[in-house]
Amino acid sequence: MKLYVAVQTEDFAQSKLYRQLRQDCPDIGAIVTFTGLVRDINLDTTVGGLYLEHYPGMTEKALNAIGEEAGQRWQLQQLLILHRVGQLEPSDQIVFVGANSAHRGDAFNACEFVMDYLKTRAPFWKRETTVEGDRWVDARASDAESAKRWQRDDRD
Amino acid sequence: MINVKFFARLRDLLDTDSVDLNSESLHTAKDVIDQLIKDYPHWQDALSSTQWLVAINQTMAQPNSPVADGDEVAFFPPVTGG
Repeated sequence: MKLYVAVQTEDFAQSKLYRQLRQDCPDIGAIVTFTGLVRDINLDTTVGGLYLEHYPGMTEKALNAIGEEAGQRWQLQQLLILHRVGQLEPSDQIVFVGANSAHRGDAFNACEFVMDYLKTRAPFWKRETTVEGDRWVDARASDAESAKRWQRDDRD
Repeated sequence: MINVKFFARLRDLLDTDSVDLNSESLHTAKDVIDQLIKDYPHWQDALSSTQWLVAINQTMAQPNSPVADGDEVAFFPPVTGG
């Protein structure tokens, strides 16, 4: 599996990443992509924008580890994980995950797994701008629950 | 020397992003917290919270994980990316 990880302030073009997933792989039958966007509402409060902080070095290391694990669990030809940092506005793209595989099941599973693990294991932190001032976003129990379902698979 | 880093809400609470500690007598990540509270008593409230995660040399770790001279030890809140 070819794994490509990037942490960047710049926006990304889905079409370019999709083209990369289609390249040089005559044996792939499925491409699954996920794109995360900034919402303008969180916990019933209007969000004017958010700042994404990360831990340079560890973030890339964590994303690579998550990607490698996905590659061990499913048959993938390529896996792309791209996450933005810095100042973002509502409806901006934050994160892209793209996987290609011979069959769709592996590509779907890999994308979901990467997102669930990324949300609980990769050192990113969101600080939202609201009318009441800036606030750090709290981790959600539901994200931890989503990540846990992949651990249950370990016991299979 | 152990380089200690703080991120996000914890960095804001401490108003500090990084400090160096003498590694002598520091054996675990928990020892690092205890030493920080000794050196900076006004950080006690913030550092006593059990919510902080720890990474040693940029890999997730536990309070009882071993630390050694030259290590980078980071404390931060649960992550909220994606």
